[in-house]
Amino acid sequence: MELPSIGREWKKGSAELLLLSLIETRARHGYEIGKLIEQRSEGALRFHAASLYPLLYRLEKRGWIQGRWVEKSGQRRRRYYRLTAHGHKILASQRQGWQVFVKAIGRITGVENA
Amino acid sequence: MPDWETEIRKLLAGLNLPPTREAEITEELAAHARDRYAELQTGGVAAPEAVRIVRDELSGHELLAQELHEVERINVPEPVALGGRGPAGLLAGLRHDLIYGFRTLRKSPGFTAVALLALAIGIGANTAIFSVVNGVLLRPLPYPDPARLVMIFETTPQFSQASDSYPDYLDWRRDSHAFVDMAAARNDDFNFTGAGEPEHLSGEYVTASFFHTLGVRPMLGRAFLPADDQRGAPCTAILTYGFWKTRMNAARDILGKSMTLNAARCTVIGVLGQDFQFREKVQVYVPIEQWISIELNNREVHPGLGVVGRLKPGVTMRAAQDELSSIAAVLAKQYPVADAGRGTKLVPIKEDVVGAIRPTLLLLTGAVGFVLIIACANVANLLLARSTSRKREFAIRAALGAARARIVRQLLTESVLLSLGGAALGLLLARWGTGLVLAASPGSLPRSSEIGIDWNVLLFTLAVSVLTGIVFGLSPAWFGANADPQESLQEGRHGAGGARHRVEGAFVALEVGMAVVLLAGAGLMIQSIWRLLRVEPGFNTHNVLTTEVAVSPQAMASGPGIRVAYQQMLTRVGAIPGVQAAALTSLLPLSDNDNEIGWWPGAGPQPSGDRISTAMCYVVSADYLQAMQIPLQRGRFLTNHDDLAAPHVVVIDELLARHNFPNQDPIGKQISLSEVGTVRIVGIAGHVKHWGLDSDDTAKVRDQLYFPFLQIPDNLMAGAAAGVTMVIRTTPEPLSLLPEVRAQVAGPTEDQPVYDAQTYEQIISGSLAERRFTMLLLIIFAATALLLAAVGIYGVMSYTVGRRAHELGIRVALGATRQEIAGLVLRQGIKLAGIGLLAGLAAALGLTRLLASMLYGVHPADPVTLAAVAVVLGVIALLACYLPARRAASVDPIIALRWE
Repeated sequence: MELPSIGREWKKGSAELLLLSLIETRARHGYEIGKLIEQRSEGALRFHAASLYPLLYRLEKRGWIQGRWVEKSGQRRRRYYRLTAHGHKILASQRQGWQVFVKAIGRITGVENA
Repeated sequence: MPDWETEIRKLLAGLNLPPTREAEITEELAAHARDRYAELQTGGVAAPEAVRIVRDELSGHELLAQELHEVERINVPEPVALGGRGPAGLLAGLRHDLIYGFRTLRKSPGFTAVALLALAIGIGANTAIFSVVNGVLLRPLPYPDPARLVMIFETTPQFSQASDSYPDYLDWRRDSHAFVDMAAARNDDFNFTGAGEPEHLSGEYVTASFFHTLGVRPMLGRAFLPADDQRGAPCTAILTYGFWKTRMNAARDILGKSMTLNAARCTVIGVLGQDFQFREKVQVYVPIEQWISIELNNREVHPGLGVVGRLKPGVTMRAAQDELSSIAAVLAKQYPVADAGRGTKLVPIKEDVVGAIRPTLLLLTGAVGFVLIIACANVANLLLARSTSRKREFAIRAALGAARARIVRQLLTESVLLSLGGAALGLLLARWGTGLVLAASPGSLPRSSEIGIDWNVLLFTLAVSVLTGIVFGLSPAWFGANADPQESLQEGRHGAGGARHRVEGAFVALEVGMAVVLLAGAGLMIQSIWRLLRVEPGFNTHNVLTTEVAVSPQAMASGPGIRVAYQQMLTRVGAIPGVQAAALTSLLPLSDNDNEIGWWPGAGPQPSGDRISTAMCYVVSADYLQAMQIPLQRGRFLTNHDDLAAPHVVVIDELLARHNFPNQDPIGKQISLSEVGTVRIVGIAGHVKHWGLDSDDTAKVRDQLYFPFLQIPDNLMAGAAAGVTMVIRTTPEPLSLLPEVRAQVAGPTEDQPVYDAQTYEQIISGSLAERRFTMLLLIIFAATALLLAAVGIYGVMSYTVGRRAHELGIRVALGATRQEIAGLVLRQGIKLAGIGLLAGLAAALGLTRLLASMLYGVHPADPVTLAAVAVVLGVIALLACYLPARRAASVDPIIALRWE
C-alpha cells in the first residue's frame, strides 16, 4: 500500500542529498537541476517546480547553498546555485549517512546492495 | 503562451511575501515555466496541453504555496502590531499590507465593485454636501479680519432688522468710537447705455468709507475718496472683476474712461479684485451722493440702506452694541417723528450672509451622514460575509503565529483601501452631484459661487474615507482576528458565529432605522411643499409675466418725462395681442422685497414714530388689480384719472380695513401717509400673501395699501426711473410674449431695457427654493438609504439562507413544507426590518423636530407620514427578503445534506 505522505517525506529527505550532489562541482540553475534529476534517474525521479524551488530556498536559508543571479548575453538572467563551504560538509556527512541507511535497509529487506 | 509572471504572482498572492522577495521568486519560477513549456512543445505536446501541464507542475495542487509558506516564513518576521518595531518596520509592514490588500481586493472583483459603489455613494454624497458647507459656512468672507465686520440694522417695533436711514448712519458714524470705520451701501439698478444695447446693471451706491471699512483695495486704480462722495461731485464708478472681465474685455486702460449710468457720465476709477464680493451679482459701485433722490437725506425714509462697520481691535460686539444703543436713544429724543421706537442691532457680517441657511445646511449634513453610516453598515456586512470564506486564511496565519493585532491591521488596511477607492469615485460623484444640486435650486444659497472642491474638501474626503474604512472594517477585523484556528481548519463544520450574526442583524436594523428617519424627513418635506403649492396667495399666479423695466436716459431728466415715458410704455405693451392687462408696480408680492409706509388716521400732523401704524405700500398703475386678478371687495380701484391734478387716493386691503376700521365703512375716510400727506380711501381689495405662502399669516406688517403711480410727485419720480416692475397678464404662455414685450418696452428710442423677466410661477417657485432644495436632497438621501438598506437586507438574508441550507434541508427532509421554509426566512428578515423600523420611527419622532421650521401644515410627528414610511419600508423589506426566501423554499434536502 502506498502511503503518499511518507513517500513525500522520503523524497524530501533524499532530495536534499540529490540536490547538493548535483551542484557539488559546478553552479546550476533550478531548471537544469530538475532536468538532471530526471535524466540521471532515467525518469524514475522527477521534481516539479512546486517542490523543487521551495527546497532550494530552504537549503539556501540554511546556508548550505547560495544562489546568485547570473546574466548571460542575449538571455534572461538566471539564478545559479552553488554549494557553500558549509554545504560541502553537509553533503559529505549526508552521503555517509545515506550509505549507512541504504546498507541497513538492504540488510533488513534483503534487497541487494548496488 | 500565458504570462507566467502574472500566474505565478497569483499563486504567491496569499503568502504575504515581502515584495522584493516575491519578485525574485516570480522571476525564477517564470524562467523555469518558460523552459519547461519550450521543452514540452519541442517534445510535440500541443500548446494548450503544455500550458496545463506547466500550470499543474507549478502549483502542484497548492503544494508550491504551502511549501513556500513554510520556507519563507523562517526568517520573514511577521511585522507586528503598530508601534512594535519602529517606523522603518512599520512602514515596510504598511507597504506590505497595502500590496497584499490590493491584491486581495482584486481577486474578488464582484465584492470589491459592490463595496466601492456603496462607499462612493456614501462618501460622494458627504463630499458634495461638505463642499457646500465649506463654501457657504466655513470659508472666511473675502475681507481681511472678517470677524470684526458687523452689519448694523435699525430695529422697529415690527422688525428686528430693518433698513437704516442715511442721516441716522451719519450720526452713528460721527458719534461712535467703537468702530475703525463705518459705511453705508444701497443696492440699486443702473441703466447702462451708450455701449451698444441698453443694459441693466446691478449696482451699489456706497459711501466713500465703504472699501476702507471692508479693508479692501481695488486691484486697479483707487477706492472712492470723500471728495468723490459729495453732492455735485463728478460721477465716479468702480467695477467688479467679473464685470470688467466679461463686459469690458479686461481692458487694463479702462481707468479714466467714462460710462453712462442712468444718463450720468461716470468715470471708471477702479477695478476690484477677483475675490471681492459684498452682495452677489453686483457689477458696479457708485458713490452714494450720486443717488438723485431727496429720500437720502430724509431721516424718516429707510431706503433699503445697509450699514457695515469694522470694530476696533479689542472692542467687543457687546460694547459696540451698547454704544450704538445709547446713540440711538439720543436720536430718538432728538427726532421723535423719525426715530422714536427705533433702536439698533449689530449682527456679525457672516451671520448676516449665511445665518439663515446654516440650520438647513447642518440638517442636510446630518442627513447625509446617515447615508454614509448606512453605506458603512452595508460594507461591514459584506466584509463580514466574506470573512467567513476567508476564515481558513486567517486561521492558518494565526496558527503560523501571526499576532491577532497583525491580522486586524491587515484587515483594516484592506477596508481603508476600499474606502479610499470609494472616496476617489465619490469625489467624481460629488463634483457632478454638487453641480446638479446647485442647478436644481438656483438662488437659494448665498455664496454659491464659492462652492467647489478645494483643499478643505479634499482633506475632508480623505479624513472621512480613512475614518469610514476603520469604522466599517472594525467588526469584520475583530471577528476575523478572533477566528478559532482549530474550528476553522476543520472544514465542513459550521462555526457557531452567533455573535457575528447578531452583529450583522444589528447592522441591518441600523440601516433600516436610519432609512426610516430619512424617509420621514423627505415625506414631511414633500407634504409641506405640496400643501404650500395649494395655498391661495390672494391673486392668480397663472399666465403672469413680470419684468423689470426702466425708461430712456433722455426721459430721466424730469419727473413728468418719466411719467409720460412709462405711460407710453404701458400703452404699447397693452396693445400686444395676447396681453390682457399690463401694469406697473413698485413691489411684487412673494418677491422677497418689501416697502413699508407709516400712516395715521385723519388729516392731523404726524405723531411720533412709535405711535404710527405701518402698512405695506404698493405704488401701482391703474390696471394692477386686473393684471394680478386681485379681487376688489368694495368701492373702486385706482384709475388713470387719479393723477397729480386729482385729490390723493388709496385703496386698502381687507386686513387694513378690518384691523383699523372695525364695524365702519372705511371708504371715503381720510388717512395720512408719511411723506405723502392726506389721502382718501376709495376702495378695498383682497389681501395678498406678500411675505410668503407660509409666513404671511404670522408676519408683523400685514396691512396693505395701494397708491397711484400717477400721483408720485415729480421730485420722487426719479427713484422710479431706473427701474420698476411691470406685470402683464397674458392669454398664451407668458414667456412666449417676451420678445414682443422687449421690443415694445424698448420703444422708438430703443434704449429702455427689460430685465429679470420671469413668470409668477417662477417667483412662487423661487420663494420655495430653500425648502425645495431641502426636500430634493432629503428625497435623494432617503432613496439612496432605502436602496442601500434593501441591498443590506437582501445580502444578509441570502447569506443566512446559504449558511442554513443544511438545517433547512433537514427540515425539508423531516417534512416541512416549502411555505413553512419560506415563512421561516421571511419571518427572520421581517424581524430584523421590524426592529429597525421601530427604532427608526422612535428616532424620527425626535429628529424630524429639527425640520419643524421648514414644515408647513404638517406636524413633525405626522402619523400619516410615519405610517406611509412604515408601509414603504415594510414593502421594500418584504421584497428584499422574497428572493432569499424563495431560494430557501427550493433547497434540495439531498444536496443540502450532502454538503456535510
